[in-house]
Amino acid sequence: MYVSVKGGEKAINNAHSWLSEIRRGDVNIAELNIKQISEQLTLSVDRVMSEGSLYDKDLSALAIKQSRGDLIEAIFLMRAYRTTLPRIGSSKPIETSKMLCLRRISATFKDIPGKQKLGPTFDYTHRLLDFKLLADGEYEKAKIEKYDDKEIPHVLSFLNKEGLIQKEIPSGKTSKDITRNPINFPLTRSERLQSLSRGDEGFLLGLAYSTQRGYARNHAFVGELRTGYVEVQFEIPELGIEINIADVMFTECESVNQFKGSKKIPAQFTRGYGLVFGQLERKAISMALVDRSMRWKEFGEEYLGVAAQDEEFVISHCDNIQATGFLEHIKLPHYVDFQSELDLVRKIREEYNKNEQRT
Amino acid sequence: MQYESREQWLSYLATADENYLISLWDNLNMKIEYNWLREPEIGSIMVQGKAGATGDNFNVGEVTITRCSLNLDKKIQGHGYVQGRNKYKSKIAALCDALMQTEKKKIIKRNIIDKLIKYKNNKRNEILSKTEATKVDFFTLVRGEDK
Repeated sequence: MYVSVKGGEKAINNAHSWLSEIRRGDVNIAELNIKQISEQLTLSVDRVMSEGSLYDKDLSALAIKQSRGDLIEAIFLMRAYRTTLPRIGSSKPIETSKMLCLRRISATFKDIPGKQKLGPTFDYTHRLLDFKLLADGEYEKAKIEKYDDKEIPHVLSFLNKEGLIQKEIPSGKTSKDITRNPINFPLTRSERLQSLSRGDEGFLLGLAYSTQRGYARNHAFVGELRTGYVEVQFEIPELGIEINIADVMFTECESVNQFKGSKKIPAQFTRGYGLVFGQLERKAISMALVDRSMRWKEFGEEYLGVAAQDEEFVISHCDNIQATGFLEHIKLPHYVDFQSELDLVRKIREEYNKNEQRT
Repeated sequence: MQYESREQWLSYLATADENYLISLWDNLNMKIEYNWLREPEIGSIMVQGKAGATGDNFNVGEVTITRCSLNLDKKIQGHGYVQGRNKYKSKIAALCDALMQTEKKKIIKRNIIDKLIKYKNNKRNEILSKTEATKVDFFTLVRGEDK
């Protein structure tokens, strides 16, 4: 039972004043502005948009500033703001094959139409601290080269042609929205993918890693990883015409996993899917691996009782706002709950002591 | 046709860099009379993806949108559906949409829409040419034991 507490207003107000001061830090040092955050801490901004489930860079940067860089607190602020927005509608499903790619790689095929393009990546850096960044504002400029502006087809579509990989065919079911309807297990894949896309990066990374280490036994390759801008199409209700209402950056990962075949279908690869806002490839890869491990029933695989196969476990715990809300609430006053526990333990001890004296 | 390529100009207005669009509009210094049909409101749309890029739809997350509608007279309406939370951007988009249906079409097209198209194409070219410079040709080496 929850019993409210009263009082403490002055302490709370003063605590918040101090929070405000400490957020500002040393006043002799220039204050961060929102554009500096959204331009220079882009991957933090992307994470807050992805897990906050709202694509808006300025808001995300504001949330990061307000939360003193605590990204989960920032995600919390984004989620809270999101709930105040009237929902104007739903977009047409995006066409990631038409993505304006900054990066596009495949770990399964080296020669692919559209080629491998590394983009602005940390891969192949030496992970040595760059002390030049301490000193001056110098930076290297990106190189440019002539290009063909051709659509870059998905790598897995080539395997598809040979029938070597399981096809992703729409069932015609409309997607359920977990922000509008409470979820009931078992879930549809669309509900799982929505949950994973806004799920906690760290949690999903840990689960994905567990599948690689053998807890779910499905060895994954990154069939394709791409990051870039996708046009979001939306039908204007007053006009009945579709426009490109927003340009949104996504990272998409398609994993290729080990075979599945039956008497009717010869052996073929299976796949997992990751799609997230922003340039968050660790998250996109993790999402694809966890999506795949939760599809065991669909592919007639054995349930090994591991966490990554258990959708109820994964989906109920991947949301960091739910998790932190419940976790952090235990630091708030629980005096009455605790008082009753205290009374109980005293009573038990009293009885124990009485019994001790008797013997 | 009255609505020819309305999708196109609405798309460029919707995804325009807000500061750029505002500066283009303010430079025109046009005084336009209008009535609100719907004053600018901030909201969101849910973006849908497809499982495995080709399968069932699913909801990825929302994107902020501002919209408004106005009319110049009883016949001509403009709708400003734009990305982000800038009410002024939304109003400019609605005014441009309305004016594109009038004899002012040429001015708006030349001074705003064409420039937005150019701006977006330049951005696109910049990304494509930088991406191209990071193109790799991996090759696998034959290892000794494979001989």
